[in-house]
Amino acid sequence: MKEFLMLFWEAKTNEMPAPEEFQEMIKEWNHWIGGIAAQGKLVGTEALDYSGKTISATGVVTDGPHAEIKEMVGGYLICKASDIDEAVKLSEGCPIFHIGGSVEVRPIMELDS
Amino acid sequence: MVCFRFPSMDHSQLLPNLFRTEYSKIVAVLCGRFGFHQIEMAEDIVSEAFLKAAETWGLKGIPDNPRAWLYQVARNRTKDYFRRESVFREKVQPDLKQEMERLDPEEIDLSESNIRDSLLQMLYALCLPELPVASQLALALRYLGGFSVEEIANALMGNVGTIEKRLFRAREKLRALRPDLTQFPNQELKNRLPQVLAFLYLLFNEGYFSTHNAQKVRLDLCREATRLGLILLDSPVTNTPSTNALMALFCFHASRFEARTDAEGNQVLYADQDPADWNHELIRRGRYYLRRATPDQGVSRYHLEAAIAHWHTCMEVPAEKRWEEILHLYNRLLQVEYSPMAALNRTYALGQVQGKEVALKEALKINLVKHPLFHSLLAELYLEMDAEKCLEHLGKAIELSSSEADRELLAKKEQRWRAEGKLK
Repeated sequence: MKEFLMLFWEAKTNEMPAPEEFQEMIKEWNHWIGGIAAQGKLVGTEALDYSGKTISATGVVTDGPHAEIKEMVGGYLICKASDIDEAVKLSEGCPIFHIGGSVEVRPIMELDS
Repeated sequence: MVCFRFPSMDHSQLLPNLFRTEYSKIVAVLCGRFGFHQIEMAEDIVSEAFLKAAETWGLKGIPDNPRAWLYQVARNRTKDYFRRESVFREKVQPDLKQEMERLDPEEIDLSESNIRDSLLQMLYALCLPELPVASQLALALRYLGGFSVEEIANALMGNVGTIEKRLFRAREKLRALRPDLTQFPNQELKNRLPQVLAFLYLLFNEGYFSTHNAQKVRLDLCREATRLGLILLDSPVTNTPSTNALMALFCFHASRFEARTDAEGNQVLYADQDPADWNHELIRRGRYYLRRATPDQGVSRYHLEAAIAHWHTCMEVPAEKRWEEILHLYNRLLQVEYSPMAALNRTYALGQVQGKEVALKEALKINLVKHPLFHSLLAELYLEMDAEKCLEHLGKAIELSSSEADRELLAKKEQRWRAEGKLK
């Protein structure tokens, strides 16, 4: 089993959803993540706040996620899978698709081998 | 301390009941006073005190305060013990003589607060990470529950010889490790609480989910876990949100104890239980603990499991809403800690909320082919959908079940489904 990172990309926004909508979203995500966890393939997952800072190589600090890109990362999940195809399959039903977002699946590099 | 009323106890059996409640207390106090390496001495002294009680009470009748009587005899026997030992070993162990000279029987503190502290220290000492879990269980039943070796063997499904050996080895190991029972600083009590809670959880589940033993033994294990949990709640250092959540879980589970068996001693599944048979006092108690379990830092698996067990008692809530909450909680539980049971229960809840087809798809993904409950879940899901597959999985479930009671339950299920015309 290898580990893979899923990055959840969505259209950039700084408006938090209404509380009920937010609750609904949490349930929907939990539900999808629960399906991966029930297979014993979840390593960890977090959602990210919409705010943040971006620091450039020259030390310039700007507010918010990367200014040049229209999308932002809304969260991540690390899963176990035998290969990348299985990891891609695990992304099925991800709630990010319901709001027009996308999932980026990346193998985690094994540095110690 | 809160009074717990599990299914009734026979009050005519004064001495056996005293043995169960007082044996461990006096042993704990003596170990707290003289060190864990003196555990055999402590056991001898307490056994002698009970023997004397059996003789004297039979002749002269029961004293006004049997407990105080026992405590006094234990104190005197301790003094006798050191006197005896010091005569024999004066030259070998001069420190023992000193100990004897210093020892005033009255100084063996059998006050309620010292008993409580001693039991807490004993509980912690037995949960040393260096000891295998099986040894921890056996030791706790012996020294905190006052179980006999036969009773431990019954409860843990081992034979007497194995349990004796296990206890012996564990005692030797503890003696070598010399846990200082008198000196558990508060920080240490806090740091090691998760291990102690995990141990109580295991002890309770051993009683609650094991179908291999007679009802009575199982009840004893659950009662013991609950009693030890109450000791933790009694101390401000160990009365944490997680401890309350665990106690809430115990109460909700225990509330269904009697409803789980019918008049003939057969298992009754949750779906077939009559809520009127549940112990509503324990449900109220569970809700009380759950309110006190509001977490200060993140929810524990005990919080989530207690919340699930709580929803299972809320029959006034429409089934649809109830199962939705339960599903949500299982989803969260699996993120905190994966277990095959949680994965199976989550899939069952999913079926209740989103229908069998969705659940079947997810069930096939979890693929726990060696687990009998995986196959009985699949049988449920294939029911009225695919009779052949339903029977195939029911068969596998029966084949994989390790207990006769489970096999019987599954066979009855098949009969019922046939009678209801669901297997066509």
